[in-house]
Amino acid sequence: MHLMHGAKHEEYSRYVGRKITLVFLGLAVLIGLSLISMSKGAASLPVREVAKALLGLDVARQCELIVWNIRLPQVLAAVVAGAGLSLSGAVMQSVLRNPLGSPFTLGISHAAAFGAAFAVMILGSGTMASSQVGAISISNPYLTTGMAFFFSMAASGVIVGISRMRGSTPEVMVLSGVALGALFTAGTMFLQFFADDVQLAAMVFWTFGDVGRASWSELGVLSIVTGLASVYFLLNAWNYNAVDAGDETAQSLGVRVQRVRILGMIMASLVTSVAVAFLGIIGFVGLVCPHMVRRLMGGDNRFLLPASMLLGAILLLASDTAARLILAPHLLPVSILTAFLGAPVFLALIIRGYAR
Amino acid sequence: MILEVNEVKFGYNGKEILKDVKLSVDQGEMLVILGPNGVGKTTLLRCINAILKPRSGAIMVEGRDVLKMEPSAIARRIGYVAQYQAKTRMTAFDAILMGRKPHIRFRTSEKDLHMVDGAIKILGLEDLAMRHIDEMSGGELQKVAVGRALVQEPRLLLLDEPTSSLDLKNSMNILSLIQHVVRDHGVSAVMTMHNLNSALRFADKFVFLKDGMIHSAGAIKEVSEDMIQDVYGIPVEILHHKGRPLVVPLN
Repeated sequence: MHLMHGAKHEEYSRYVGRKITLVFLGLAVLIGLSLISMSKGAASLPVREVAKALLGLDVARQCELIVWNIRLPQVLAAVVAGAGLSLSGAVMQSVLRNPLGSPFTLGISHAAAFGAAFAVMILGSGTMASSQVGAISISNPYLTTGMAFFFSMAASGVIVGISRMRGSTPEVMVLSGVALGALFTAGTMFLQFFADDVQLAAMVFWTFGDVGRASWSELGVLSIVTGLASVYFLLNAWNYNAVDAGDETAQSLGVRVQRVRILGMIMASLVTSVAVAFLGIIGFVGLVCPHMVRRLMGGDNRFLLPASMLLGAILLLASDTAARLILAPHLLPVSILTAFLGAPVFLALIIRGYAR
Repeated sequence: MILEVNEVKFGYNGKEILKDVKLSVDQGEMLVILGPNGVGKTTLLRCINAILKPRSGAIMVEGRDVLKMEPSAIARRIGYVAQYQAKTRMTAFDAILMGRKPHIRFRTSEKDLHMVDGAIKILGLEDLAMRHIDEMSGGELQKVAVGRALVQEPRLLLLDEPTSSLDLKNSMNILSLIQHVVRDHGVSAVMTMHNLNSALRFADKFVFLKDGMIHSAGAIKEVSEDMIQDVYGIPVEILHHKGRPLVVPLN
């Protein structure tokens, strides 16, 4: 087959160059936003001082403590969780060839909420201690986190199991996920109906996603899982592109479609489960960020996946920063802000149509 | 011999779809598989590139057993154009570049990009190369799918109803293009088709499938009115217009 005509592909090279520039631009925005986010809060710090504290230069002890002990873990949790949730959504949408693929729509988040409610109500982790500012905290966070993780992984296990029995078509997976979501929502409502006031408050409190919850060790686990998964996903970017083009086409290009789809779902569920278990339910990021990127940069997963990670991180970090500032000194749950910030932008993109 | 299919049987849930199918294709030949709806034409194509695993029989491409090959090794020898193409948010260039997947791991080389350029030129897609395929017409999309199969550098092209969703002009364009690729680039092609006139005009050889079995096979000139009547169940007459055969249904 002789196809080498010595023709040029300059226009394509420019197109790829533009995408790479956008990714680096996203990275620069994320770094800038991280510094700004670390400077904002109950005690406002100059950005320069924050940067110096991060670089280990000489700054006031109080500034160093605020940056390293309070702001940095929160910012990193927002960045890693945002990146992980958005990446998981992008992969789910690709392997399922369904624009509604996301941890939220596939019932994984609902399963985590049920797990937390189960821990609070049945396993008794909901004996609550009111803190000085009147906020609610759960007495046994590890049990609650563990059960949320267990049930969200169980939900993805059931989806994968059904897919193995009935063939891993996108329809089977999406419908199983939707059914499981409804089932776990009903389960949570059942528990809430019989819960007392304290338990009910604890359940509802847990479902409010909050990136300030993560400790350094939890952040470490979340970062390792998200990091490893992102390497795995990027190495599979060509496979996801092929699956996007249809199962038959992908198979004819040498892709083991069933394996790629099931492993993609398992890895995406794992990242989501860890994030949801540690931080609570943060919807919207996983669903919307990949769509925004797809509309801005196209669906090539080699660029879609890293760009989705960046946009997910930016959206969650911006939402968390805004959540800290809007009703200061009170903190709004970040999951409310992700939708408040993301939905208008998303709607604007739909109205404007695809970028040409 | 590029392709040799021997005694292939395929079925599921106790139902036999293909029964002892046997055919062969030489280099530079275009074979068309004909037969009524649901007779197993697409199933046979899917068996040839091991998307489906036959119950028994052998499928040899260039003397190697396809059923014992790795999927990526098959993809380096056989290009497949499915009947329906998904409309994804990708440029035509990217969609064609995907055909290089069996040859690359992650990074694309200059050679890969040059091959895509070459395919775009052959297909006459120069003006559409940077257009997203979800904005393309059926004919343009079909050309992109052929381009994707071409850059796989296949020895054998499989095409499932390549003209089913195309108008007359686009059908003729695509089939001429495939004929050009087969004649000038030493590739062989096997395609399924419903339009008998297009089949008679472009293919070198035919196979009629009936009830999952080979009903008749041979050079395209050997297609007869009796064969068509027996396979499709309606009487036809084969006329000749400007040296070209035309199948006309009689009732």
